[in-house]
Amino acid sequence: MIPFVLRRLASAVPTLFIVVTISFFLMRFAPGGPFNLERPLPPSTMENLMRTYQLDQPLWRQYIHYLSNAVTGDFGPSYIYKDNNVAQLIGKGLPYSMELGFYALLLAVVGGVIAGTIAALRQNSFLDFAVMSVSTVGVTVPNFVVGPVLTLVFAIMLAWLPAGGWGDGSFRFLILPMIALALPQLAVFARLTRGSMIEALNTDHIRTAKAYGLPSRAVVVTHAMRGAMLPVVSYLAPCAAALLTGSAVVETIFTIPGVGRYFVLGAINRDYTLVMGTVILIAIFVIVFNLLVDILYGLLDPRVRHD
Amino acid sequence: MADIKDTILTVRGLKVDFSTPDGTVEAVKGIDLDVHARETLAVVGESGSGKSQTMMGIMGLLAKNGTVAGSARYRGQELIGLPPKALNEVRGSKITMIFQEPMTSLDPLYTIGRQIAEPIVHHRGGTFKQARKRVLELLELVGLPEPARRIDSYPHELSGGQRQRVMIAMALANEPDILIADEPTTALDVTIQAQILDLLKSLQQRFGMAIVLITHDLGIVKHFADRVAVMRRGEVVEQGRTTEIFERPKAHYTKMLLAAEPSGRKAPPPGHAPIILEGRDVAVDYVIGGGLFGVSSSAFRAVDGVNLRLRQGQTIGIVGESGSGKSTLGRALLRLLPSSGYYRFGTTNISGFDRSAMRPLRRELQLVFQDPYGSLSPRLTVGEIITEGLYVHEPKLSRAERDRRAITALKEVGLDPASRNRYPHEFSGGQRQRIAIARAIILKPKVVILDEPTSALDRSVQGQVIELLRDLQSKHGLSYIFISHDLSVVKAMSDYVIVMKNGRIVEEGETDAIFEAPREPYTKTLIGAAFNV
Repeated sequence: MIPFVLRRLASAVPTLFIVVTISFFLMRFAPGGPFNLERPLPPSTMENLMRTYQLDQPLWRQYIHYLSNAVTGDFGPSYIYKDNNVAQLIGKGLPYSMELGFYALLLAVVGGVIAGTIAALRQNSFLDFAVMSVSTVGVTVPNFVVGPVLTLVFAIMLAWLPAGGWGDGSFRFLILPMIALALPQLAVFARLTRGSMIEALNTDHIRTAKAYGLPSRAVVVTHAMRGAMLPVVSYLAPCAAALLTGSAVVETIFTIPGVGRYFVLGAINRDYTLVMGTVILIAIFVIVFNLLVDILYGLLDPRVRHD
Repeated sequence: MADIKDTILTVRGLKVDFSTPDGTVEAVKGIDLDVHARETLAVVGESGSGKSQTMMGIMGLLAKNGTVAGSARYRGQELIGLPPKALNEVRGSKITMIFQEPMTSLDPLYTIGRQIAEPIVHHRGGTFKQARKRVLELLELVGLPEPARRIDSYPHELSGGQRQRVMIAMALANEPDILIADEPTTALDVTIQAQILDLLKSLQQRFGMAIVLITHDLGIVKHFADRVAVMRRGEVVEQGRTTEIFERPKAHYTKMLLAAEPSGRKAPPPGHAPIILEGRDVAVDYVIGGGLFGVSSSAFRAVDGVNLRLRQGQTIGIVGESGSGKSTLGRALLRLLPSSGYYRFGTTNISGFDRSAMRPLRRELQLVFQDPYGSLSPRLTVGEIITEGLYVHEPKLSRAERDRRAITALKEVGLDPASRNRYPHEFSGGQRQRIAIARAIILKPKVVILDEPTSALDRSVQGQVIELLRDLQSKHGLSYIFISHDLSVVKAMSDYVIVMKNGRIVEEGETDAIFEAPREPYTKTLIGAAFNV
């Protein structure tokens, strides 16, 4: 197990390097720059800014410079949020995004798996039809529609919950953004679970379990469920990485000070270092969660155990 | 024997229906069966005869679209229509089952020890820890090697035969009254088959349970069953003591089934017949593992230094258990996979030939596969499938000429030429294999490698396909390499036999010599297992 983890962590280094390199150059090849504002700056000011941030150097030198700083944990200054460097910005915003993302992930997995299992056990019944219809809606309606509708109904019309902000950090403030963030993922988990559960219930070893008089609870929970969770667990990695690193749309709608909006704002403003920082953050989350999921997969399925 | 008090399972008017998009299918049409205490009843029939569905219906294990009606009384208790809770008292305790697929019948995610313990804990109470001692005894009883170590193994760590032993241990755990064995040895190699059947028989004597054996294999029935019920198309056509059925079959269908055991022999070709295909020192390695951060790769030698000479008009049978390298050898001879050695086709040395160099020769070297379901493209019509090779090898042929050739080929394999516009799924297994043969012979090949061409077919259909292959051979002077694990078919088809094990030739010789006087112990075991179960 430990050699497996070490091997995987070692293979993360080239992956990260490739991600950093591609994003760095893609970003620079995009037209415009961080200081091309609507009202152009006087040429002398522009020149000064470029020199201060070393943007007047050749591209390869900037790249080497960025890389050598990045390995020491220095991701450079933000060109737009001038009071903070990139590490500080992410460090401040990440806890908010992660807390919201964690609850959303929990809701998506638990709700999705339960709904999918019920649908599979009552295949082609009204309940199955209802769960699948709702999950189609969940996948197709974007969260910039779901968010405002939730706000309208629960914050403005019913006035049960706050419309946005983090407030004192109590759970009340999290409920609406959590639902908006979780809904599409919940729908995916429900569909995945239903499909793999139906498949699992039709396997030969489930027939064996039934033939040996095991009560249906044991058949479903012990035998069918465990096998059916394998595809669900596979989807967990990209889903967790996406939810925990924040969502630009949901964080903007509910004015949550997370990191999700930095990616979009950084890209629009050509805030090179901020975009790079966000890309590295997401890449690390994807790598770490893929590793965790592979370990979990091995625990669930002895056939792929990593000894 | 047939004393009424002795009858422990009485089946009357049992019906099984399946509702499908094409309407209701009657799988079992109101059959009567009796199972007596301590006897072995064989339910025989071809696939689709309803023999398995009868048992599934009684045990409440039908697929979702299946319904069961009629009566099945176990020691006076009606099982049909019993609520699940009450049925679960019987299932796995009084009546237990083992299945055809030892590979998939066990849950891959739990140790075998836990799976055997499950019915014990469920029916008798106690904890898994307490059941462990009993599980060890059972594993010992069914002859699983090293039970103390294997008890914590997962199914994928065991061979097919070992898994079937695990299933048997599970079936015996609660000392059942009736053991239903649904094709328990069909998926296993012949030598393993015999071991499993011997085990079942000795356990039956020891525990005094009745066995209901569902099978299509008459050889097993003859040596194993006290009574036989022959099923066809959802009905029992004949029922009686095994000796009576085999000596004096009454129903026409039973007679046909008994006669369908492949018979006849093939005469060897004249001594001056030229050698048409030769392989010397044939060796094939498979590489396992490897990759960027993976463990170092290792090679597995599937075929190891085999020599083979096929004469014009000859049929060489290659026999061996799964994993013996017989199929790999066939593909190596056709230069379909990387291999070392010297190869000759006719007078041409083809050792160094690559794909493009082989292409002109391909029409003369044809291959027919085991699985008639998987080897025909489901999206092409039969006519398109059998004429596909002509596009490659005779591209200038006119459309009408191609069609004429297709008609001739279909007639030759005994199929209605009008069926060439239909799709493979509309044909039975035997008919599909005929299509596969037509696809090969339309190119007028010299050598055909037949890789288990009859293994997926029922006995009576097997006989017809063998008949067809022999006819085509004498008509066109074909040479065959016939790969099979089924010795009775090899005996009827080939004039020369090669016995393979672990990639090497164990023994070879004229068919009669091999079957009448085998020299090697392995050949003796193989023949013994196949003919005196």
